[in-house]
Amino acid sequence: MNHLELLTFARGNALNWALMLFAAGVVLRLFEIFSLGRKADLSKPRANSPGSGWRTVFTRSLPAEGMLKRDPVTYISGYVFHLGLFLAIFFLAPHIEFFRSMTGLRWPNLPTPLVDASVVAAMVALGVLLAHRLNNPVKRMLSGIGDYLAWAVTFLPLLTGYMAYHHLFVEYTLMLALHLFSVELLLVLLPFTKLFHTFSLFISRWYNGDIFGRKGVAS
Amino acid sequence: MKKTQKTEILPGTVGEGLAQRGVTRREFLQYCTSLAALLALPPAMASVMAEAISKARRQSVIWLSFQECTGCTESITRSHSPTLENLIFDMISLDYHHTLQAASGEAAEHARLQSMKDNEGKYLLIVDGSIPMGNPGYSVIAGISNHDMLVETAKGAAAIVAVGTCATYGGIPMADPNPTGAVSVSDIVKDKPIINVPGCPPIPVVMTGVLAHFLTFGGIPELDALGRPKSFYGETIHDRCYRRPFYDQGKFAETFDDEAARNGWCLFKLGCKGPVTHNACATTKWNDGTSFPIESGHGCIGCSEPKFWDAGPFYKALSMPVSATTAMLGASVAAGAAAGVAITWHNRSTKAAAKASHETVTVQDLAREEK
Repeated sequence: MNHLELLTFARGNALNWALMLFAAGVVLRLFEIFSLGRKADLSKPRANSPGSGWRTVFTRSLPAEGMLKRDPVTYISGYVFHLGLFLAIFFLAPHIEFFRSMTGLRWPNLPTPLVDASVVAAMVALGVLLAHRLNNPVKRMLSGIGDYLAWAVTFLPLLTGYMAYHHLFVEYTLMLALHLFSVELLLVLLPFTKLFHTFSLFISRWYNGDIFGRKGVAS
Repeated sequence: MKKTQKTEILPGTVGEGLAQRGVTRREFLQYCTSLAALLALPPAMASVMAEAISKARRQSVIWLSFQECTGCTESITRSHSPTLENLIFDMISLDYHHTLQAASGEAAEHARLQSMKDNEGKYLLIVDGSIPMGNPGYSVIAGISNHDMLVETAKGAAAIVAVGTCATYGGIPMADPNPTGAVSVSDIVKDKPIINVPGCPPIPVVMTGVLAHFLTFGGIPELDALGRPKSFYGETIHDRCYRRPFYDQGKFAETFDDEAARNGWCLFKLGCKGPVTHNACATTKWNDGTSFPIESGHGCIGCSEPKFWDAGPFYKALSMPVSATTAMLGASVAAGAAAGVAITWHNRSTKAAAKASHETVTVQDLAREEK
């Protein structure tokens, strides 16, 4: 199998299977979470707190008071990584073409050097976060194989995409195929690892905000 | 200078043929300089090439055409005057070529066999077209199957040049579902040096450049993993494309006739396969250096790559899925929902079972345990 055939496979059957497993996995996990249900709250709400859940969805994106000073590495690297990844996924022209072919929607792209810089920033931030995870005793104790796996499958698409764009070490066609395979690995694992926070994050924030609102804790 | 030139002309050589045609040494050196540049050789090599080619005897060449469309021959004949590419035809003795030879029938086959006999181990074999393996009757010349003719002719060849994507990698005849069981030259011939010159068709000057290299150095040029001369196929169309800066800036044409297309912006979104296609179109160009497909406003279709015909739609961007559909995703969402229902049922029955088996513990029970 030559490089172009490998790329065609990566864009064809491999991608189809990865997308199907991803879609099925996400729906399955959401179903699982929602169907668990909660016992009816029979107590009277402490305070009248409409919109507490929705407010929390946004306010939890900001560090709690004093936390930025206590753990700047986690917060700053976390912001840089997430923002860089978001820009790379949704604002690189070839990626927008991918979304357009799947959904029919399109939006303006960013200049490629800007996306390139955001990818570098995201990779550096991921490196810092990994080093911090390994060096900080509390974080290290809390980390399991699933955390390192999630880190690796997130880092690989960034690295392979960067290498493909800059023609580093490996021939472009092969590198592009490897980039797609790394994305497909991410898609397949996402619903079944901690990476599912991409979807569950806002649900749990809303739930927490709402339940605490009912108990009288301001969001 | 003139005296020197005269002493170099030996009877029966290319130099003699050039002199007879009135080609000056200056013109010939200019030609060799451009060839040296094309082959990525140092400028000093031009005079060495001129010397070697002038003194070389006309190289016997047998050109076999199998499952092909004659596009490769059409292409090589486009090396028209006033360019000097057609000199190559004067440098070689084209002993057998269906389209270009005057002889036909028995006489044509006789010419091939005679050339094979006279130049045993020295002749250059050029092949265009793929070879059908499904049934020998799919493509036959003078009652001989393509396979048998290739094997027979390759035996005494010094080297083989496979021109066109059909001969090099199977090309369009090999495209899915490959009805004739087409294969490439290198799938059949294993014991001879093979130079692959892919393209549908290949650039004329690339074909002649490879021949010139063989004539000059008596051997094959440096090849890549797919058997292509690195000097022509070392870089991708995208890497040498004059529209590349627009790709880097993220400026793309959305349709073939929009403002962006007229401004010459990148054709990536319109399906250009330049980033994954190795060829010299962007540098040597076509039709006497006039332009190449991207310059004419159409994306590259990747014709010099193996299996290019089956590498996804021509007008879909490289980053688009080849065959993913909304229906396919809809079906997997439904499957995920069904699995979700099953898991919900399982979780709820586990919960109900735990509830049913729950035993109430009284204070007396605890007090008993303490004792």
